[in-house]
Amino acid sequence: MADISKQLQDQILAARDKGSKLNIVGGGSKAFMGRTPDPDASELNLSGHTGIVDYHPVELVLTVRAGTPLNDIEATLAEQGQTLHFEPPRFGDTDTIGGTLACNLSGPARPWSGSVRDQVLGVRLINGKGEHLKFGGQVMKNVAGYDVSRLQAGAFGTLGVMTEISLKVMPKPAASMTLVREMAVDDVVDYMNVRSAEPKPLSAACWLDGKVYLRLSGAQSAVEATAARWGGEPLDEADAFWQKLRDQQHDFFGGDQPLWRFSVRSTAAQPKLEGQWLIDWAGAQRWFLGDADKAQMEQLARDAGGQVSLFRGGDRNAEVMHHQPEVLCGVQKRLKNAFDPDAIFNPGRLYSWL
Amino acid sequence: MTEKPTITKAELAEHFRGFIDPEYVITDDETMKPYECDGMSMYCEMPLLVVLPETVAQVQEVMRLCSRHKVPVVARGAGTGLCAGAMPHAEGIVLSLAKFNRILSIDPLARSARLQPGVRNLAISEAAAEFGLYYGPDPSSQIACTIGGNVAENSGGVHCLKYGLTVHNLLSVELVTVDGELVTIGSDGLDCCGMDLMALMTGSEGLLGVVTEVQVKLLPKPEIAQVVMAGFDSIQKAGDAVGGIIAHGIIPGGLEMMDGHAIVAADDFAQAGYPRDAKALLLCEVDGTEEEVHEHIEQAETLFRKLGATSVRTSRDEDERALLWKGRKSAFPAVGRISPDYYCMDGTIPRGQLAHVLTEMEKMSEEFGLRVANVFHAGDGNLHPLILFDANVPGEFERTEAFGSRILELCVKVGGCITGEHGVGVEKIRQMAIQFNDDELAQFRELKAAFDADGILNPGKGVPTLRFCQEYRSLEHKQHSTNRDTDASHG
Ligand SMILES: Cc1cc2nc3c(=O)[nH]c(=O)nc-3n(C[C@H](O)[C@H](O)[C@H](O)COP(=O)(O)OP(=O)(O)OC[C@H]3O[C@@H](n4cnc5c(N)ncnc54)[C@H](O)[C@@H]3O)c2cc1C
Repeated sequence: MADISKQLQDQILAARDKGSKLNIVGGGSKAFMGRTPDPDASELNLSGHTGIVDYHPVELVLTVRAGTPLNDIEATLAEQGQTLHFEPPRFGDTDTIGGTLACNLSGPARPWSGSVRDQVLGVRLINGKGEHLKFGGQVMKNVAGYDVSRLQAGAFGTLGVMTEISLKVMPKPAASMTLVREMAVDDVVDYMNVRSAEPKPLSAACWLDGKVYLRLSGAQSAVEATAARWGGEPLDEADAFWQKLRDQQHDFFGGDQPLWRFSVRSTAAQPKLEGQWLIDWAGAQRWFLGDADKAQMEQLARDAGGQVSLFRGGDRNAEVMHHQPEVLCGVQKRLKNAFDPDAIFNPGRLYSWL
Repeated sequence: MTEKPTITKAELAEHFRGFIDPEYVITDDETMKPYECDGMSMYCEMPLLVVLPETVAQVQEVMRLCSRHKVPVVARGAGTGLCAGAMPHAEGIVLSLAKFNRILSIDPLARSARLQPGVRNLAISEAAAEFGLYYGPDPSSQIACTIGGNVAENSGGVHCLKYGLTVHNLLSVELVTVDGELVTIGSDGLDCCGMDLMALMTGSEGLLGVVTEVQVKLLPKPEIAQVVMAGFDSIQKAGDAVGGIIAHGIIPGGLEMMDGHAIVAADDFAQAGYPRDAKALLLCEVDGTEEEVHEHIEQAETLFRKLGATSVRTSRDEDERALLWKGRKSAFPAVGRISPDYYCMDGTIPRGQLAHVLTEMEKMSEEFGLRVANVFHAGDGNLHPLILFDANVPGEFERTEAFGSRILELCVKVGGCITGEHGVGVEKIRQMAIQFNDDELAQFRELKAAFDADGILNPGKGVPTLRFCQEYRSLEHKQHSTNRDTDASHG
């Protein structure tokens, strides 16, 4: 539970003076993500920068230091019957909130409860000039200045070192129930979307190994009435099932084949690509396991109205993110330069050219 | 803006008439007059000229031409903005998107709609209704304001506590950059690779690009909605009740509060049957499935009574619900009836500070000799103090502005911000220096330059220049020290 922002700032200023680079590391649980870290860069470690700065359950707002482990945050929230509604995945015991936001990671509830980026209210960040800046705040609505806080989502730390994050938190749903039924992959996309379009308390929808799983959460009476209407087999130990999906602990995610993540239109026809698939987010997030050509995967993603990234494994010295059009390459390079003019942070981690 | 335009008005108009219907290239003062301000009519400026292109290709050509000649461009939707964000630039053009008013498609199964930027907010929900869907963010100006303006301001509404702001309800935007390039940000999916440019564009007040298409998410229309109205004999109790509801685990679809002045004005206007002697009124709407609403309404009623409500009334049918909301929705015009002019503020504060801030505001009201009525999104702590004044009384608007500024300072002091949903524009540009320090403002300017190095898009809005800040700070410093001197002499 310490504030080491001053040390972090000193380290950044020193790197700037020396013309050296820094790899930002939180808990190290997401080392497998993004491109291979620059071997010549030294480590800027945030795991010592932890602690809850402010938490008012009645305000539904939590402010934490960026190196705080998700486990600690969730334990604190649970004492008040609250939770991180975006259900952040954990890839170990050390996942931090900073890494979760930098990689924009959210779990099964995401289409209904929003993503980590949606819940962010403000950040403090040290830019490449070593300036410790504050954007956004601790209130629900704030349109003063550009939304630099949410810009960090998915930036993989390339714009600066987040030191503090304010988030909206939510009460835990009073009741929850999961329904399972067998369904062929060709039918499931439609089925999940039809269910999503009903005004019912759906809070997760995935398809795995020939079965579709729908989770209902909310008032007890609403959950029960919807379950009775929709039918399907109630799932025992449902919490464990969703936790395993969220943390990628199901067998599907085992092994060392490359794992591809498609973020696409929820109704898109299932791509014609033989192999192992898992469908989450009622069709908006699809996982594919296996060797594949990136250009071909990008075409499939485009056809489905979205993008693909090589989430885990494969060639991590090549590009792992979806190809960016030239105009957006230009914008992102100039944004990088605006925040980190000496290109100190996470060189090449997001794109080879950034 | 760093340089002066390198082209005359006549030359520019001629260029525009080469590719835009000449009828939509407006150069005479009389026809341009309606464009001189937005909803914040205290701030006016006449532009060089106004263009109303009809195709995206024309918008691109407009931007290329203006970039080449360093002509400022102010994009404009419906002009309902409340921060003078769409106020013209004297040396620049107004780029109106009024002709882009088509709903391009609705995908009922994917629950999304593709819209041109000039589509009115309410028109989206009206068109989606046949599929049992609607668009979440519902600003009070929704009859008139456009989705392009909503994106530019990250607009909110009564239902944002539960369903989010504009930023939470977008999938993609198509954008024309300052040099006329067309680019799509976002996708049909829920997120994209890399830094979140969608979030950055949302709320950027027309300073980073011109939005030419918007894809929004649609939500299934809740089975039912009911509203509980609760009157309280003190602001403090009402404020506590807001926290109480939320802490109880109920997230209302809308949770709005009015103070005594607003209650009476709104009730006079709408005959909504509000408790006119109450000091504060809460409207708490719960929506969802029948079972859920039933369960939560009962809990809310009990809770309000327990927390000291002097009256509690629940809508029994749609008519009654509409009536209870009518007062709230017409609160601005209602207040407009009790005063020649009013000035609408937009600070946000932590909910726990509600009572404190409202009490302080009452004191300031006496100090400045100006009445203030409060209508606001209590659920998200977004205040809308309406300062009542008469623009015909010399000096009264200046006094109003000073009062407003003090309110915003107070919001920042208690951990809030200077604007929750209306934006900075010209109007709150001075207060940016209260909320942000010089390094932060410099970072904003560098960010802006990454999109618009010459500062052509909506110059003079959103982020103050360095010189402006320095002058403002030294002025503030002087004023504060004189205030202290006078205070001391009183003591
Ligand atoms: C009575 C009243 C009630 C209101 N209630 C609410 C409320 O409840 N919640 C709320 O959030 N706001 C409210 N507003 C404020 C206003 O309606 C919103 O800010 C709205 O989003 C503005 O939309 P517009 O189309 O009128 O935009 P304009 O006023 O025309 O423009 C607003 C800003 O957006 C920019 N812009 C417009 N179109 C584009 C485009 N296509 N591309 C790039 N930039 C663009 C402009 O340059 C300007 O900076 C209210 C206003 C009034 C008058």
